[in-house]
Amino acid sequence: MSFVFAQFLTGLAGASSLFLVASGLSIVFGVSRIVNFAHGAFAMLGAYMAYSLTERFAGPFGFWGSIVLASLGTAAAGALVEMTLLRRLYRAPELFQLLATFGLTLVVEDLVVVVWGPDDLLGPRAPGLAGAVRVFGEAVPSYDLLLIAFGPIAFGLLWLLFHRTRFGTLVRAATQDREMVAALGVDQRWLFTAVFALGAFMAGFGGAVQIPRDAVNHGIDLRLIVDVFVVVVIGGLGSVGGAFLASILVAELDAFGILVLPGVSLVLVFVVMAVVLVVRPFGLLGRPQAQARAVPEPDRRPWAPLPPPARFAVAILVATAATLPSWAGDYLVTVASEILIVALFAASLQFLMSAGAMVSFGHAAYFGLGAYGAALAAKHLGLPMLPALGCGMALAIAGAALFGWFCVRLSGVYFAMLTLAFAQIAWSVAFQWTAVTGGDNGLLGVWPDGWAATPRAFFWVCLASTAAGVGLLRAAVFSPFGAGLRAVRDSAPRAEALGLGRAPVQWAAFALAGGVAGWAGGLFAFLKGSVFPDSLGIGTSVDGLVMVLLGGIGTVSGGVAGAAVYKALSVWLVSQTDESKLALGLAIIGLVLLLPTGLGGAAGRFRGGLRSRAAPPPAPAAGPAR
Amino acid sequence: MTLLDVAGLSKSYGGVAAVRGIGFALRAGEVVALIGPNGAGKSTCFDMLNGQIRPDAGTIRLDGVDVTGAKPRRMAARGVARTFQVAATFASMTVRENVQAACLIHAGAMAWPFGRADRRFVAEAERLLDPVGLLAQAGRPAAELAYGDVKRLELAMALAGEPRLLLMDEPTAGMAPAERHALMGVAVERARRAAIGLLFTEHDMDIVFGHADRVMVLSRGELIARGSADEVRRDPRVRATYLGGGSTFSAAAGGDAPA
Repeated sequence: MSFVFAQFLTGLAGASSLFLVASGLSIVFGVSRIVNFAHGAFAMLGAYMAYSLTERFAGPFGFWGSIVLASLGTAAAGALVEMTLLRRLYRAPELFQLLATFGLTLVVEDLVVVVWGPDDLLGPRAPGLAGAVRVFGEAVPSYDLLLIAFGPIAFGLLWLLFHRTRFGTLVRAATQDREMVAALGVDQRWLFTAVFALGAFMAGFGGAVQIPRDAVNHGIDLRLIVDVFVVVVIGGLGSVGGAFLASILVAELDAFGILVLPGVSLVLVFVVMAVVLVVRPFGLLGRPQAQARAVPEPDRRPWAPLPPPARFAVAILVATAATLPSWAGDYLVTVASEILIVALFAASLQFLMSAGAMVSFGHAAYFGLGAYGAALAAKHLGLPMLPALGCGMALAIAGAALFGWFCVRLSGVYFAMLTLAFAQIAWSVAFQWTAVTGGDNGLLGVWPDGWAATPRAFFWVCLASTAAGVGLLRAAVFSPFGAGLRAVRDSAPRAEALGLGRAPVQWAAFALAGGVAGWAGGLFAFLKGSVFPDSLGIGTSVDGLVMVLLGGIGTVSGGVAGAAVYKALSVWLVSQTDESKLALGLAIIGLVLLLPTGLGGAAGRFRGGLRSRAAPPPAPAAGPAR
Repeated sequence: MTLLDVAGLSKSYGGVAAVRGIGFALRAGEVVALIGPNGAGKSTCFDMLNGQIRPDAGTIRLDGVDVTGAKPRRMAARGVARTFQVAATFASMTVRENVQAACLIHAGAMAWPFGRADRRFVAEAERLLDPVGLLAQAGRPAAELAYGDVKRLELAMALAGEPRLLLMDEPTAGMAPAERHALMGVAVERARRAAIGLLFTEHDMDIVFGHADRVMVLSRGELIARGSADEVRRDPRVRATYLGGGSTFSAAAGGDAPA
């Protein structure tokens, strides 16, 4: 019993840490509607700065002074980011803010490695709190007890700030209706900067107080951001009270999940998140938001299938690509195969996002299910490659149909978060179900059949798959089904009044996109000869989003071009520099600032400028290969 | 022949009763206006009739069949079409594609993932666009249309698939006076010819008295008057609703009907 209580206290300490970081994210989202992907990076920055400062300044004043200084430093970094980067993006589609903050995360990750090195750093114990206190006979670290107090104290201070100060009143007003606040004459720029700095301060503080408990390393940002997203979504975006409740719920689930259900402890939190979102779509204490437009399209020209000359050009491009193995070396051919595979993956996500206005943060789930399905079918059933790919695709469709049934009941940010939750569930299963999936070690020895074993043959398989897949998706977009999908995207009430319900159409589209992603995932498994849980991790999902946004969300299949550019760039950067993430992050940020409509949009604008009001094909469909 | 039969329809939000126990009937081919000041419950009433909102109490019968609480797409399948107060069209499609989409949905052909949507129902779409005067703009993006044209497009879409009952929520708001009569004229003509029951809300009394066979007046969620245009015009309660019930007004409003 006393052990259970001690575990409960450990959970509470974790809850405080989570809440400190999550409250910042929630406040920022509430006012600016920015889902700040870099929030975990801010927390990591706070932890690193606190580490360096505490190394220099000893003693209680040194320690706590360092923590506060590190938090203030993070707040300053946040303010700087807001003023130089985000301020240019408030009017951009909301996904671009996500993309920019993701780029920022990459930059910060590499910067901390440059400054602090790649190794885990253990901070000093807090002065006077290094020991443990006996609680019912169990030793509880005294620092944990302090952390437990921090959560409610921070909650109380935030409450006072929001309810007893003019600044807080303005923030609450802006959370409800920021246009109205602007109309009343409040300088929004100042308010947004201040709120962003406050959010970064909470992140920095949350990261800094962790250093006596956990080692600091350059991977904690992604781990933190996922946990914090979960907390904020369960609690309700923009609700600090909700974040408080949810952080306790999540941390206690973590603490006891490991004891009670060790095999599925990772899944547990995401299952709870999925259940909460299904039962209360806006989180525990969240309120429905004034619906932001689902997928904003900067220039809304109607889509049309490619005219015959463009089709001919695409055919030439595919034919030219097919000659690649005859003049390029095996390395280049293998890289090209990988590009083709991610292009197919991006095309399937683009179908969801552009035609369906369903912005999935967890599309990697279906890529990964396809990969695992194909690998398991090849290894355990001994199937040849093509039937194994079919099995992978079937598994992906089944997964997408199951998860999608819940997801299509939500929309906007909540849809995105539920898809993320399901993807994390799939990831956790792959990670923890070692007997079947090999866990962290993955499944090895998944090789293509003899006829497709050479790099050139496999390249042709990939080229054919991607050309067929992209063609299929484009055909679907312009079919009656695709028209229905675009209809519910443009105006769900209108479609409904005409007799077309939103959910069934979107569900079918979700399953279709999942199936295509699954085929791509299976190909990926055969290309690499192995599958790892990473293939359905958040990194893969975000890669997909970046490729689609890069290609242009207002286009039918610009994501194919986005994938080619992004993948080629990242492969090239990895070969050229040790700081590839830094370069990639800067490239993403630069592209977001310079090309807010993506490559496809830019191409469209360029063409539009050349011959104004010419035929309307918006998608350059830059051919499946370079 | 009674097409629509509504009885005891009620809806409240929290403690506020938006619509309280209203009942009326509508015949096929009949044109009826539902008027009332802002906040009287007109849109709530419409939302219940097309299934957008589930009534708290009361029944809605269509052709004698109880359809109370059915979802919008069930209502659409039973022949209920509507236009919205804030016009809603498919902004990323061309004008023609909007109507084609409406036709495809009515034909139940929206599940088909092959073939080209823009090659289906072309003639049908143009037949619907012609009377509302949008044929010349059929190839334009719907997002580029002037507001009055969006309203016209909505009407063309609502008329796709041979509706039995057409609900128009402020069909002419935001249009120029000449355009208003033309649009209502199209709707009324179609209602007479195809025996469609047409129920509309409207703030422009010229349109109401010029096109409606009967007028119903809604105030604070209750039907306070109904009858021909003249009967409603003369009804003292209607005057009170529109001009304020105070005695200062009764003298001033003694003569003419509210415009």
